[in-house]
Order: sequence, then C-alpha cells, then structure tokens
Amino acid sequence: MFIKQLSVFIENREGRLEEVLEALKREQVNIVSLSLADTSEYGVLRMIVSNPEGGKEALKAGGFSAMLTDVLAVKLSHRVGYLQELLGAICRAGINIEYMYALSTGTDDASIVLKASDLAKAEAVLRQDGVEIFTNTDLAKMS
Amino acid sequence: MIWNESKECMSRDELQALQSKRLVKTVNRVYHNVEYYRKRMQKEGIEPGDIRGIEDLSKLPYTTKDDLRETYPFGLFAAPQSEIVRIHASSGTTGKATVVGYTRKDIDIWAECVARALTQAGVTRDDTVQVAYGYGLFTGGLGAHYGAEYLGARVVPQSTGNTKKLVTMMKDFGVTAIACTPSYLLHIAELLEEMGEIDNIKLKAAVCGAEPWTDNMRRQIEEKLHINAFDIYGLSEVMGPGVACDCQYHKGLHVYEDHFLPEIISPETLLPVGENETGELVFTTLTKEGLPLIRYRTKDLTSIHYDQCECGRTLARISRFTGRTDDMLIIRGVNVFPSQIESALLEMAGTTPHYLMIVDRVGNLDTLEVQVEVEERFFSDEIKELESLTKKISHVLQNAIGLAVKVKLVEPRTIERSMGKAVHVIDNRKLV
Ligand SMILES: [Zn+2]
Repeated sequence: MFIKQLSVFIENREGRLEEVLEALKREQVNIVSLSLADTSEYGVLRMIVSNPEGGKEALKAGGFSAMLTDVLAVKLSHRVGYLQELLGAICRAGINIEYMYALSTGTDDASIVLKASDLAKAEAVLRQDGVEIFTNTDLAKMS
Repeated sequence: MIWNESKECMSRDELQALQSKRLVKTVNRVYHNVEYYRKRMQKEGIEPGDIRGIEDLSKLPYTTKDDLRETYPFGLFAAPQSEIVRIHASSGTTGKATVVGYTRKDIDIWAECVARALTQAGVTRDDTVQVAYGYGLFTGGLGAHYGAEYLGARVVPQSTGNTKKLVTMMKDFGVTAIACTPSYLLHIAELLEEMGEIDNIKLKAAVCGAEPWTDNMRRQIEEKLHINAFDIYGLSEVMGPGVACDCQYHKGLHVYEDHFLPEIISPETLLPVGENETGELVFTTLTKEGLPLIRYRTKDLTSIHYDQCECGRTLARISRFTGRTDDMLIIRGVNVFPSQIESALLEMAGTTPHYLMIVDRVGNLDTLEVQVEVEERFFSDEIKELESLTKKISHVLQNAIGLAVKVKLVEPRTIERSMGKAVHVIDNRKLV
C-alpha cells in the first residue's frame, strides 16, 4: 500500500517556504512530516499531509507547481542495524532508493518515508521481511 | 591616410554618377539572373529600363530578411554556382539560416572595404593585426582577415576563445592592431591589467564592431589601452564588416558609397526621411555579383549626414546606432532573437513555457540567463530530474542560438506579465 506524498517546487527566495505553509494552513491541511531537498537555486519540498489531494489543490491555487507521488511509509523497530538490513534487502533486489526521510508518527516508533525506482517490488521485499507499512488511513489518524 | 583616394574623396557629383551607373547595372543583373526579383518587379510593373539612375531608386521594392529566408538557401544569388567562391551564414529568427554567397570579385571588394576601414584606423602594411573575431560561418573573422591581408599587414588569425593565449601572442608578436568586438577588447584590457602587461604591448589601434557600443566605451578602451579605437559596421547580408567605419574625427561612420547605396526610411511609412533625421538604414549593393540586394532593410536605426568630413573623405557618414526596429539582441557579437528561444522551447516542450531572457555584462563579457517557469508538467519530486531538465533546456537553447546559456528554473507565475503579455527580455547591460 503506497501513500501519497505532496511535493512542491520552491525557489530559494525569502518567504517562499512560509507561503507554502500558509496556503496549506488556509485549507486546513496538516503536515505530518516534511523534507526539503535543495540546490543553490531551488528546492523540492516533500510532505506527508493529512489530505494530499486538498493540499495539492491549495498549492495550485496559490500558484505553485505541486504534484502527488506514491511513496512507501515504513515502520522501523528500535533495533541497531535494522534500517541497514532493510535497505540492504532492497538493494539486493536491484532497486534504487531515490530518497528517504524520517516520518514522525507521533508515537515512540521510528519510521521512514522512501521512494524507490520500483516501488511495488520494494514493498514486496519489505513485506517478505515482515515490515509494517503504513496506509493513508494510518496517516490520517496521525494528523 | 586614405586607402583609395580616387573613390573615397571623389566629388558628390562624380560619386552620384558612378552610383547611378552601378545601380542600373545591378538592377539589370537581378532582373535577368534572379527569378524572385524579376517576378517582384513585374508584379510592381517595373522594368529595368525604368531605373535610369539613383533618382529612380524609390521606384524599387524593398528586400527584407524574410525574402532571404523564403529563397533559402541560394534563391537570391545572381551568379552561377560555379562563380561563387565563398558561403557565409548567420542564424535567423527561425531555424533557417541566412545564407550569403560571394564571387571572387565580391571577396576582393570586401577586402578593399576592410582595408579602407583599417587605413582609417591608421593601420598600414607595417602593422601586425590580430583578428579576434570568430572565424567560420560568421563574417567577422574572415572578413577582417582578408582585409588586413589585402592591406599588406601581417595577420594573426587568433579567433576567439583563449584570451590568455591571445594576450601572450599580442605581446610576443608585437601586435599593433586588433579587430574584435568592443566588449571583448575591454575584457582583454582587464586581463592585460591583471597580468601587469599593459605597458609591455605595442597595440596602437583597434577596429571594433559586430555589436552596439558608445563613445564612452570607446574612450574607456582608448584610455585603458593607450590606443585609438574605431567603429566598424557591416552585416552579412550586405557584405560583412566593412560597409562603414569611422575616421579619426569620430563624427559618424563613413559609408563606402561607391559600393553600398544608403537610404534612411521611416519604418512606419516606408518613405525616405531627410538628412540628419533618424530612421531605418536601407542598403542597395552597387557592385555585388553573388548576392546583390535591392533596398535591403537592415532594421538598424540611425541618421545620415552628407556634409564633408575634416578627414577629406566625401563619403556620407551614418551616426552610431540608436537601436533596432525589431527585438534583435546582440550578445557577444551574436545576433539573438527572443523568437529563437521561444521556438526552441516550443519544440522541446510542445507548448512554450513562460520564459525570461536576462542579458548582463559581467567583467565586460555578455552573459545570457534564461529563466523558465516550472509548470506542473516539468515538475518532478526528484532533484536529479529537475537538474537534467535544466541541462536539456540549456543544450537545446545553445544549439538554437550558438551561445552558452545559463538556465534557471523558477516558480510558475513569477515572470512578470505586463498587460497580459509576458516581458521576454531584460537587458541589464549599461552601454555607458
Ligand atoms: Zn572622416
């Protein structure tokens, strides 16, 4: 089960990030987690939000380029080397991880969001290892 | 010094008689050898016999760049292919290049015109001339080269690119004159200053052209390098550099009127304007065989002056250019139209994204940045995709205009629209 990530293009200019957050707030879209990937001139803000569709519309209305992408939200257990094992399994299956970042679930657990070159295959690999994967419903509860 | 006193200093009456004779010959040539011109003249009800001298010039139709494009590549050539010894080309507003051809005689006359210009700049056969225009399809490099050689000077065919090497050779070879764009010369001057070599070179004159510059820029160049700098003008359609050049009195550029008949017209009414009035410069070539042009509209704005110059030349002078009737930009000596950027983006993306060209001059070199709005269809959540998009766009644009372009992705709706129409060019270069 994939979840929808909301991404938006922002220039490295003062106040742009704030405007993104403002647009989401106006439409009552809560941000569960976010990560900013940037270059010297622009960045891509990736977010897990309570209402991805609504968030996308809100940003488009605000004049931003936004898109929804399928990603995997994976629950990690607190064990040394666990993340490494998971990533190792994914790599061995010949799948590239495009990016990943921490997901805050509001509980004590550590979780991550990841995007892979073959998301369905990555999910299958993880499920085989008995890893718990979040659904959109799970996330809606968190926010 | 005057290279060809019999032509450059002839009385206006004699000159006009010569121009009339040559105009009649040129009109006959295009009528009989160029179908496009013959049909155009027939459509207008003009026969070669109706043109008896320059007083009949206004009966003839204008030629524009569109005519050259429509007859691409050789449709306006008036000499058999076997007589054409050189082809040059420049990029146009669309994908098609503007192609020009020269016979042996055309090349000789071109060389003489450049020799006249170099002589106006004080260059003689005792000089060493470094040609730092681009060599190739662009007329700058070879045009200046042949002229300097014709004059009998030693030519160093430097071309553009490695400025450090240029400066080293300038010093080691005892270069005394240079031909290049004015902005490149300022760049060279700065490098010479940096290297502490300014007092170790023998440069005394520069003949600069291919881009607009001002008298202030000329003085700046002259003071920095302790030389005299001259403004040379030309366009490939008419010939190349050497259609006109200023003399030591710097009161406008003498037009080599025995070869190129100038007119100034109103770009609105298309009627000739009076002496000293600003309008669009139009040329009729008087001696060209390969590609004679009748009343070719240059789109350059200037005025013309017929009072005699202190240098003794009777040739008319055109003022420094005040602008263009179209949106052409000259960046590092290269002609660039916003429509070229537009059609390249269109071809790449299906529809044209909003874009903005920002032209600047950094360290005396022109820079071009093109901002492109990241519409949803271009957007990706992966940086590497956005980076490859940037690379792709700059590659496409560089191919289209022949200049390095820095591409910057910007947010949608951030490029200003005025009156619903996007502003496509910001030129931050200060020509002071
Ligand atoms: Zn003069």
